[in-house]
Amino acid sequence: MTAAQPKMSIKNLDIFYGLRKAVDDVSLDVLAGKVTAIIGPSGCGKSTFIRCLNRMHELTPHARVKGQVLLDGVNIYGAGIDPVTIRRRVGMVFQRPNPFPHMSIFQNILSGFALSGRKIPKNKEEIVEIALRGAALFDEVKDRLHAPSAALSGGQQQRLCIARALAMQPEVLLLDEPCSALDPISTARIEDLIGELRSNYAIVIVTHNMQQAARVSQITAYFLSGKLIEIDTTKRLFTTPKDQRTEDYITGKFG
Amino acid sequence: MKEEKWAALKERIFNIICFLATILPLCFLLWLLADTFVRGFARLNFNFLISLPSRFAYKAGILPGLVGTLLLMFVTIFVAIPLGICAALYLEEYAKDSWLKKFIELNVSNLAGVPSIIYGLLGLELFVRMLNLGPSLLAGGLTLSLLILPVVITSTRESLKNIPSHLREAGLALGASKLSVIRRIVLPLAMSQIITGAILSISRAMGESAPLIVLGAATYLAFVPVNIMGEFSALPLQIFHWVERPQAAFVDNAAAAIIVLLIILAIFNSIAAWLRQHHEKKRGGL
Amino acid sequence: MPTYHTNKSYDSDLRLLSDHILLIASRVEKMVANSIKALSHNDQNLARETIAYDKIIDKDEMLIDRQCLELLAQRQPLGQDLRFVVSVLKMVTYFERIGDLAGKICQRVIKLKGQQKLAPLEGIENMASLVQEMIKEVIEAFLLQDNSRALAVIKQDDAIDEIYHQTTRLYIREMTDSGAETEAYYHLLSIAKWLERMGDHCTNLAELIIFMIKGEDVRHQQIHNPKRVEY
Repeated sequence: MTAAQPKMSIKNLDIFYGLRKAVDDVSLDVLAGKVTAIIGPSGCGKSTFIRCLNRMHELTPHARVKGQVLLDGVNIYGAGIDPVTIRRRVGMVFQRPNPFPHMSIFQNILSGFALSGRKIPKNKEEIVEIALRGAALFDEVKDRLHAPSAALSGGQQQRLCIARALAMQPEVLLLDEPCSALDPISTARIEDLIGELRSNYAIVIVTHNMQQAARVSQITAYFLSGKLIEIDTTKRLFTTPKDQRTEDYITGKFG
Repeated sequence: MKEEKWAALKERIFNIICFLATILPLCFLLWLLADTFVRGFARLNFNFLISLPSRFAYKAGILPGLVGTLLLMFVTIFVAIPLGICAALYLEEYAKDSWLKKFIELNVSNLAGVPSIIYGLLGLELFVRMLNLGPSLLAGGLTLSLLILPVVITSTRESLKNIPSHLREAGLALGASKLSVIRRIVLPLAMSQIITGAILSISRAMGESAPLIVLGAATYLAFVPVNIMGEFSALPLQIFHWVERPQAAFVDNAAAAIIVLLIILAIFNSIAAWLRQHHEKKRGGL
Repeated sequence: MPTYHTNKSYDSDLRLLSDHILLIASRVEKMVANSIKALSHNDQNLARETIAYDKIIDKDEMLIDRQCLELLAQRQPLGQDLRFVVSVLKMVTYFERIGDLAGKICQRVIKLKGQQKLAPLEGIENMASLVQEMIKEVIEAFLLQDNSRALAVIKQDDAIDEIYHQTTRLYIREMTDSGAETEAYYHLLSIAKWLERMGDHCTNLAELIIFMIKGEDVRHQQIHNPKRVEY
């Protein structure tokens, strides 16, 4: 199945912190309906890269970007583009579950509306239910939607964050090491959830766990020292990688 | 074996020293309080609270001082708190790292240590003379506001720093503007700690006497200072005045006034503590 | 062979597996040599020893299977390491089968009771030495990770096939012409067939080594001489 046009297309992206180049001339496509995993050792630029896809990178002082990031063919760094509109279309879930502690589960899910300056739609109960079902959390919390979000377990909190992102109906989901802080069972649930979600979104996941990348993604990209070394279907990259550096990384030869 | 016993002994001695360091000042404090209490308790009655001061100790009351303190408190709340919170928000959330920011921060922390009497001189020159407010309650309130402003800014900044950055990030990733994040995430979570800090700052201000004296507040006021532009007095000043009188009965009055002041401060601190507790529950132990 | 993993115990586990497969390879090569020696010299004792030796090969196979299973479970190998473990898992089966066939040859040697002296054994001896050569080349290709050696092994199978067809035709002629010693020729035909099958197994081993090195699955392809004479 070939997509007509990639959902996001990154072209010759350079990312700087001040004068230091953290990511060097990266080009890759993000396809709808697929999970693209980004792997690589610490400091290889994968988190920096993913944060440019929803313009979160520029919140760091002295952060700069060169090159293009196209969302449906339009450069999100173009003149006159408001980063806020990009962040509504490209949702993000972080490494540490971060539901807002002063809000209930219900309020957390709807928080994206008020925060981005939109009115909460009249059918808010429906929206909350759809988002929670999408995050495979509804059955567990349907009796306590107005309980504080802090009462949930780590894995549930992370799924709540996913639901919160889903409520905004994004087109792309960025997951920055979403399971790093979770136990194996919660991790397995979320990996399963990712599998269910991908038919409706384009998903990009950064992970330092190679086996997780192998489990959840269809396309894998290997980053090293800010460069994209190899990108291929997950099956091919993990059985017969083309670049020796990829081979060394996945077989655990770290020099 | 000897080494072990010696180590254990050192441990015990240090333990005892720390305990004494805690208990001895506490004992002095309790003795002071007890002494005040004993002296002043007899004088505490309703009349004491609502009477004006007088040459006769048995007739003298603290009404002007009490009203003055309460009104000063209102002025300080409405001036210092908003200014302090906004300044802290600027420094913590908006200001980019620069020499200017460092300069401001340095000054804020230094000003917190400046003796209060200097603030009195500042208030005298700026509010009483240059702005022509005269030795009024307003001038006194503004001076006290300046006095506690550095502390309010610092404690508010601490409260803001306590909000983990990943919550701000979560808000931004959902499409929030910076103002939205502050308004809907940071402030609601930090508010109880901010208020606690504010209340504690204000209770400190209520105990100040030196700056008000320099400013020209009265230690003996024969009327109730309801006019914000008029002359005023405050409880600490009233206490100061009475303590200076030779008659022993006035010292008892002073003791009673101290008890009233302490009760007011205790109420404030209790509110602050209650707020802290209540919000801890609300935030889910952040 | 995989080398220099950051995790040294992983490295040594892989080397151990490597050593074991090489061991079984050389043992099987010895079995083939011995079985033909037993045939040529009518050495009944050697034949019996070789049959007993097969049990060692069986033990080796089980050990290697278990090692591969444990490696897969504990190390989750990827890339070339994954291909290595999976290849070894299959290679050990082919080695075991070659050993099995050598044992069967020895069983026929016992049954022949020396009657093979009357028959031309050249073909069989040539095939056997080719098989031994192929096994040696397979070992070399594995040790040196040499793709071209593996390809050479595959081509050598054609030579064995050629000799096999010649030998078979010869034996069948002899059987129909002489009438006597039919039983002997019957056994020799089986031995020839088994040697040809050993050649096929070596081809399989070579294909697995190519997969291990390059990740290409070259099985069921016409690398061989397209002009195969079908009997």
